[in-house]
Parts: sequence; structure tokens; C-alpha cells
Amino acid sequence: MLVSVNWLNNYLDTGSVTPEELADLVTRTGIEVDGLHNIADHASDLVVGYVETCEQHPNADKLHLCQVDMGDEKQQIICGAPNVKQGQKVAVAKPGSRLPGNVKIKKTKLRGVESNGMICSLQELGIAEKYIPKNAADGIFVFPDDTEVGADAGRLLNLDDTILEFDLTPNRADALSMLGVAYEAAAILDVPLTLPDEQIHPDARQTTTDYISVDVEAPDLNPYYGAFIVKDIDIKPSPLWMRNALMAAGIRPINNVVDITNYVLLEYGQPLHAFDYDRFGSTSVVVRRAGDGEHMVTLDGEDRELSSDHLVITNGQEPVALAGVMGGADTEVKEDTTTILLEAAYFDPQTVRTAVNDTGLRSDSSVRFEKGVDPNRVERAGFRACHLFEKYAGATVLSGSAAFDELDRSEKTVKVSQQAINHRLGTEITSAEMETILNKLQFPFEKTGDWFTITVPTRRGDIAIFEDMLEEFARMYGYDHLPYTLPEGSSQAGGLTARQQLKREISGYLQSAGLMETITYSLTDESSVGRLMSPELREKEPEPIKLPMPMSADHNYLRLTMLPELLKSLAYNQARNQMDIRYFEMGNVFVTSERTLSQLPEENLRLAGAVTGKWVHHPWQHEQKQVDFYLVKGIIEGLFAYLNIPISLEQTRLPEMHPGRCATILTEGRVIGFLGETHPNLEKEMDLKETFVFDLDLDQIIERCTNTTGYQPIPKYPSIARDIAFIVDEAVQAGDIKKQIETEGTPLVKNVYIFDVYRGDNVPEGKKSVAFSLFYQDPEKTLQDDEVEESYQQIIASINETFDAYVRT
Amino acid sequence: MKEQLEAIRQEALDNIEEASDLKALQDIRVTYLGKKGSLTSVLRGMGSLPEEERPAIGEMANEIRKAITDEIAKKIDVLEQEALEEKLEQEAIDVTLPGRPVQVGGAHLLTGIIEEIEDLFIGMGFEVREGPEVETDYFNFEAMNMPKGHPARDMQDTFYLTDELLLRTHTSPVQARTMQQYSGSKAVKMICPGKVFRRDTDDATHSHQFTQIEGLYVDEHVRMSDLKGVLNEFAKRIFGEDRRIRLRPSFFPFTEPSVEMDISCKVCQGDGCSVCKYSGWIEILGAGMVHPNVLEKAGYDPEIYTGFAFGMGPDRIAMLKYGIDDIRNFYTNDKRFLTQYHYAKGGTL
Repeated sequence: MLVSVNWLNNYLDTGSVTPEELADLVTRTGIEVDGLHNIADHASDLVVGYVETCEQHPNADKLHLCQVDMGDEKQQIICGAPNVKQGQKVAVAKPGSRLPGNVKIKKTKLRGVESNGMICSLQELGIAEKYIPKNAADGIFVFPDDTEVGADAGRLLNLDDTILEFDLTPNRADALSMLGVAYEAAAILDVPLTLPDEQIHPDARQTTTDYISVDVEAPDLNPYYGAFIVKDIDIKPSPLWMRNALMAAGIRPINNVVDITNYVLLEYGQPLHAFDYDRFGSTSVVVRRAGDGEHMVTLDGEDRELSSDHLVITNGQEPVALAGVMGGADTEVKEDTTTILLEAAYFDPQTVRTAVNDTGLRSDSSVRFEKGVDPNRVERAGFRACHLFEKYAGATVLSGSAAFDELDRSEKTVKVSQQAINHRLGTEITSAEMETILNKLQFPFEKTGDWFTITVPTRRGDIAIFEDMLEEFARMYGYDHLPYTLPEGSSQAGGLTARQQLKREISGYLQSAGLMETITYSLTDESSVGRLMSPELREKEPEPIKLPMPMSADHNYLRLTMLPELLKSLAYNQARNQMDIRYFEMGNVFVTSERTLSQLPEENLRLAGAVTGKWVHHPWQHEQKQVDFYLVKGIIEGLFAYLNIPISLEQTRLPEMHPGRCATILTEGRVIGFLGETHPNLEKEMDLKETFVFDLDLDQIIERCTNTTGYQPIPKYPSIARDIAFIVDEAVQAGDIKKQIETEGTPLVKNVYIFDVYRGDNVPEGKKSVAFSLFYQDPEKTLQDDEVEESYQQIIASINETFDAYVRT
Repeated sequence: MKEQLEAIRQEALDNIEEASDLKALQDIRVTYLGKKGSLTSVLRGMGSLPEEERPAIGEMANEIRKAITDEIAKKIDVLEQEALEEKLEQEAIDVTLPGRPVQVGGAHLLTGIIEEIEDLFIGMGFEVREGPEVETDYFNFEAMNMPKGHPARDMQDTFYLTDELLLRTHTSPVQARTMQQYSGSKAVKMICPGKVFRRDTDDATHSHQFTQIEGLYVDEHVRMSDLKGVLNEFAKRIFGEDRRIRLRPSFFPFTEPSVEMDISCKVCQGDGCSVCKYSGWIEILGAGMVHPNVLEKAGYDPEIYTGFAFGMGPDRIAMLKYGIDDIRNFYTNDKRFLTQYHYAKGGTL
């Protein structure tokens, strides 16, 4: 809502504060003023000039040589506008004046002829193109004939006005009208209010009901419909002040009929609609629900298909308007219109809203109906418009109105006690202060002891309950006067849950392991949604969840894994020469087995990572190490060791993963994720270098973190180390040998490490040597050599047999 | 003989003084103290002395032996120290060459901000709650006093999945979920951080996904001044002790009265500058007293219980705190952006 300060001053005197101060006060008290601008910035020294003569410039076809009377002086001015004519009153920028855009007007010579000033168009004066009336758009602006020569043209054109840009919250529909704003400003500034003139002088000889009848078939959707007949209309431009006001409010002036309905719309917040009476097609207005599949052509020329959710105004046969949204093309007011049927109505907000959503036609009118107009202002707005038609369109208003009226105009009452208000706010507002606030708001009240019974005017439809009045008192009293207190109620120990704590710790571990946390979008694209899904998730065959109305094709599915988006961010970085990336993310993926979603999907918290490039890079000491499988595996093993969860890895093949470098991660025999190298084909497609990824079910991990570790006594007796190397077939996996050593070595073997894998001299082709360090320890006593030797031999024999291995000597 | 001994002492000490390496000292030891050394030779001639002179000469000879021995030891120390120093000099390195980089990761800036805010409210007795990112229309809107067709639904353009399921547009549904779980019988004091979604076109100031932190305190006697006090603590801790707050009336369907909280602009201290768009204040969060309909729907009797709620955007807070000019930075994951904020854990890459 654009609020012109000059317009506002019609109802109250805001002179005690500057527009900037007013904006700040309004913002602090209830409605955010988002911005503030002047109609025109630098226009100065503008006067009304009378074009005494207008001749062809001797040396230029398109220029005119004008003698202009500006009251106290006459000057020769050259003007290039095609519409300049002798006898016009025009806006003249004198030499020395400045126009918007910092254009300085100087005495000059144009094609050898002197020019002392400039005759201006509205554009040149800084008025936005879209607000300028069409007939004034392609040339200089012409004042009405009765304008005084030498008068301040800037003031006449309202260029000194300041516009406050109100950012209205949905509750303050009252401020969608200049009157509503005036009530608010009057309350804030504590000044009296003058209401607009609604007096009419109807033609007593004819009554409206002779011309029109009103019948409403859906009173629940249209509790009031008032029809006024306005005759003998002289369609012409509206008065300059009204055009100025509309332009200031961001509406382009058209002609007096349209302008008056728009002016009253802005002034009262009540949309009005003018039908051409002679084209109405009947003498009866019938308001009803549209039929399913019924059609009408709206003002914009579009053919609209309607339904029974919509309300239409008809002439008894066919729709002439979609109620509250847009009129029909057939009954539009035109240049030759002489009699109008003026509609002032109350339409059900929800019905208008439905029609707007179905047609996409949101207008200044529909916005107000959707929020609910003031029931006590509907009819008055009609009278106000009639008053203006009499005055500015030379029209005759017929007496009375034809109306259907079941409108509830009753005012709500809210009872509050001084104690309850203070109790809730934490304040000590006195009874007298409360009275002052109610008086400023112009809310009538009765006071009984501690209690106020407040009558809420219908213009404030947002106030219905105690809390609403609480807000009125709070904002008028001023939030700055609220004390700072801390809660006194029951206290509890705050804190993180074990799950939240673990999430932080796991993130902390990964950060200290050198990984950077990322946040990617939870919405991904169709080709990414199921890509690189972990096997345990893939097993559930989840249905991808698609957004019916996405904002872009890049984000139209809920993710089933975080890896595709992580890989995209790797590619993004590598395309910008950031080659070494180590990222992880914790977040939800959305799992459902339903093809048509009927309940909330499972939100599975996962931990994913993607690592690429160099891990160690210290060039001048010749240290460099590319990320590889074992580095990522080390990070994962470290994580589970940190969490004290035993895991094992199993070689596996997964789609789009390197077939030989991929493993599932298992705990207690159950897959909880995977890790590995991405397939070169995928890397090529996504523009990635060699990349390693992991994806884990964090819900499962956290669930397994609940058991706490007991105390492990520090061993008192020394350990004995034995090394051994086996020569085995290439196909034998070192992890399997290790597992068997651990089994066979129980209970004396405490730890087994692989310290070497070797192929080459002394190892036959197709075989490899794998070397293990075994640590023996007995918690009860010092180990004897023969005990160790016995176990050692037993292990050798077992490995030899199982893996067809032999000891490398 | 005395003179002879004295001469030996002098000569030996002079030689030690002049010795420049360990070998020279070894030679000196042999020359004077060895079996065939000059001191030994002199002592051998002691037999020719009268009986009564022998003890004095013997004593003198021992004293000279000790003096020479001590002096040699001292000189060895000196020489060794000199040798070490020379060696160390040669070991000097160029300390300006780069060190071996340590690989440290870090938390995402938003996580850092969220954890900082969580910790602050935990300190004030709040618990941290979570809720689903896919929500029901009921919890997202109806329970928050926005029945179907409510105009305020327009304030939050929604990604619907079905008529009844949607991506939550705010973290407020966690208010209702928490209160429902507490079944109307005890105080609720919680914050809830999380991801939220709006049907917005991504640009420098809009993102279809962003984060929010919701706060809720419901108890038997909660005053609006408590809200102001708590928010003041929050603002001073997160933005600095010198910052002031102000509350401005606003509207949210789930609170009444509703306010927006501004903090004084750090750059201009309230005088007005381009950062605060010449207002002196910067909008930080929305808050208010919990609407009785919200309490009632969640099973709390508004005649007994009152409460306050607030909601803030960590994205916006991070942007203000660090002067970040494009919200997409948080989700693009450009390494050059992420590594600027080793917020929670410190360290550099």
C-alpha cells in the first residue's frame, strides 16, 4: 500500500512530524513502513506558463518556438513536443532549475534561436511512465484551463509529495484504505480526524428502484449488494488533484468514472464496480453461484470457465461480473457511457479468494475483498462515490439505492481487566493510560472497576479476543516501555539428548579427520534421486517422492541419498580449480514404499562423504599422496573405533561404483552402509576426477552407540610379539587370513596387524606375501615362550590348511 | 727441584692454554703426566732428596698433577662446546620455508551458528527438539492457527507433496508436536533448529531451502517482558554486548501479540548507514505470545498456560554477522567459502 502524505493530510494534520518521523512512528506502532520516496527528487523552480504563441522553429521541422507567459515574466522557449499548442497552460522549468536525473535547465540556443527554459512532460518531471495517463504520455503535460498562470507547477502536480510504502501484514486489512491509515496516524499523533464528504443531492423525481432491482440467491456469499444509478455522466479527465492522488498511489488515471471508483477504493478500502447501465441487458441484478462449466468473457478479453465455487453477478440471464474479481467485457464503461450502475457490495472473502486462485486475477479490488471489507463502510463508499460523480462528472444520482441487505454490521466487544493486561505484558500501565490509549484508537468503552468493556469498530476486523486487545495496548503503550525480565516459572535443566550429542561428536570426529561439513539441497533432480543408494536402502525399494509443483527441474525430487548432490559440489569445485576436496554431510533422506504418498515418509538420518584429489601435499619436501580407498576406509574405521562399534567390510559390486574397489560396511551381520571408488564412467559423466565416497545409516549407528564401555584394566604383564609372513594366492583376501589368525589365536593373541604385502623376488607369480605382527599377552601372568610357540604353530597349521598358504622364510 | 716442578707446571698450563684440539691435550697429558712424562721423571729423582724435604715436594708434585689434570678437563669441555656450536651452526635451516600442512576439516558455518544458539539457550534451560522435514498440513498450518483458506498461508509459498503432506515451511510445527507430546500438563521450554522449504526462486536473498530455529516457552505465568528479556540476552550474546534490541509490532497467525525484533546496527551504532538501509536497525527475528488457539489445539488450557515463541533464520544471522551477500553460498559448497569459517573447531587448511 502506497500512502501519500499529501492525501493523508486531507483527513488529519501530520504537520507536527516530518514524513520520515511519521514513517518511523507508524513502523514502531504497528505497520512496517518499508520505504519512503518523494514523487520527484530535484524538480525546483517549476511554474505554470501560458503558451501565448506557438510557431514553427525557422530552422527545424520538429521544433516549436513558443512565447510563454509565466505571470511575472514572458520568455521565448523552444519545445520539441508534438502536442504543444497556443493557449495551453504548461509546466515550465525556468533556467536555473533542476529536473530529476540532475538535469540543469540553462538558457541556450537551439538551431540558432534562443530558448529560456523548458516545457516539461510528466516523465521529465520524474513521474513513472506506468502511472502517467495515456493521453499525457507522448508529450508535454497540459494543465486544466482554469489553472493560475505563474503558480507553483510542482505543487499543483503533487511533486512535493512523499510516499510511504506500507508493508502490510495480513491482519491489518484496515490499512488497505486511506481512512484506515488516517485512523492509525491520528491515534499515533493524537490529533483529530476529518472524515470525507458523503453528501449527495439525489434527483427526487426518479428513484433507483425504478431502474434496477437486486436479488441475491447466495446470501451467505454476498450478504450485501447495493446498486446506485448515476445518470447524465460527462466522461472526461478527473480533476488534477484526483489524478495526482491516484498516481501517488501507483494507479494510472483513466477518466473520471474509473478514477472515482479507484479513488474511493483507495480511500475507503471498498472496491466498487461501475457497469454501463445501458449495456447491462436488463433491469435486474441477480447474484448467484456460477454453474459448473459456465463461461464469461472478462474485461481483459479472456474467456473464463467458471464453477459453482465462484460467485457471479448476472443480469438475470448471463454473468456480467465475476464477483469481487473482474467485470465482464460487455458491460464495461466506455467513452459514450452516460448512465452507470454502481455496485457496492460485501463478498465472502473465501469465495473471492477461490476465484482469484482459479483465475490468477489478483487486483486491488480482490485483495481487499479477500481480507474482508468493513461492513459499515460498504454502503458509505457508494455514497462517497456518488458525491464525487455529482461533483466531478456532472452526474445526477437517483435517490435511494436498490439493495439486498443481510449484512451483519454489529460490533464486537472485548472485555479486559487492567490487571490481566499488566499481568500478561509484565507492565504497570495505569487505568488512565489505558483510557487514553482507547480514546486515541477511537474505540468506545465502558469502565467498571478494573474492567474495560471495549466496543471494537468493524473497521478493525482483526480484533476479536483478549489477546488482540492486549496487542493494541502493548503497541500503543510502546514495546520500548516493556521491562526486561527473565522467566520466573518452573525451571528445568536444558541440554542435548544423547542422540544430538552423538551427532555433534560424530561431526567433530570427521572434522578432526580433515573433512569439511557441507549442506546440500534436500531436493534433487530426477536423474540423481536414486543414484548411489546404499545397498541396505536399495533393498527396501523406496519410491522416489516427486514434487507436484517444483520451482525447477533441478530440484523436483526428495533425495534418497546425499551423494549425487555432494558429487555435484565436488564437480563444481573442480571446475573452479579446487581439486582437493574432502566433504561430508549429515542429513535426512526420505524413504517411502508408497507410490502415492498417504503418510509421512521415513526420514532416515545419513552420513555421506566424498573425497578426491591430494590428501597430503607438501611439495618442497616431496611429500604427496592422492586420496585412495584405504584412506577413506581408515577414516571410517576410525569413526567406528571412536564409537566402539565393531564393523567388518565385505567386497561388493554396486551400480556406478568401481567393481573392484567397493565394500559394504556391516555391523552385527547387518549392512549399514558402503564405501568405495566411483566408477570411471560416472566420473566422466559428472566431470569428476578419481573420487571416493561413503554413505552410512546414521540412525543405525546412533542406535548402536547406547552401550557404554566398561573399564579395561591396563595389562600388568609384558606382551610378546611374533611376526609371520604367508605366501598365498593373489585371490586370497588379507582380511580373511587376519580374521582366522584372531580366531585361532584366542585367547592369547590380543592384536594382529598387517605390516607388509609383497609381490616380486622370491614370491612366485600369481602369489603374494602378506606379513602379520601378532601380539601375545596374558592378563594373569607372564607368558612363557612355549605357550606362545604352541599357539603360533597352531595358527600356521590352520592358515596353511585353509588358504593353501605357506610360511615365507 | 722445587724450581724444576714450578717450571713444569707453568709450561704445562701454557701448553694446555694453547692447545686447539683434543689430540693436543692428549699429547700434553702424556708429556707431563704419562709414565715417561716430565712430572713423573722429576718425582723419580725424589730419592736423591733429603728425607725431610720429600713430603713437601711430594705434596707439591701431587698438587701440580691435579692442576694439570683439571685444566685439561676444563679445556676439553671448552673444545667440545666449541665443536658442538660449530656443528649446530651448520645445521641451520630456512625457517621461512612452508611447514607441512595439517589437514583439519570444519563445521559448516550454519552448523556453527546453530550450535552457538543451541548452547546459548541450553544455558537458559531450553531443550533441543527436532521434527520431520516432511510435515502434515495439520501441524504446519492448522495447529499453528492457519486453517485451510487462511490468507496468512500466502505468506509462505509451500511445496505440497499431496493435499495433506508438504515440506515444512517453518520449524513452528515442532511447537505443536512438542506440546502434544507433553499433553498439556507441564511447562515446555524448547528450541528447534532445522531445515525449511519455500517455493521461492533461488537468488541472492532467496533460497528454496534454508534453516530456522524455533523457540517456545509455555508455562503458567509467562509475560511478554520475559520474551523481551530472553531475546535481549540472545542478542547480546550472539551479536555483542553493545547491541540494543527493539520490538516492533508484526503479525504471525500463531502469536498474539506478534513482534519483530531488530538489533541496533553494528556499523553505524544506530545513526543509519547503507548496511541497515539508513534505519539504524536490522531485523533479526519474529516472536510473540503464543496464540490461545495454538495452545488449545495442542491441549494446553489458555486460561492456565501462556507462553512466548520466536523464530529466527540462521542463514540471515550468518549473513548479517559476516556480511555475506548471497544466501546461495551456504548451499553451493564452494571450498573457498566453506573454509573461511572454521567456526566451531578452529584451525585452517
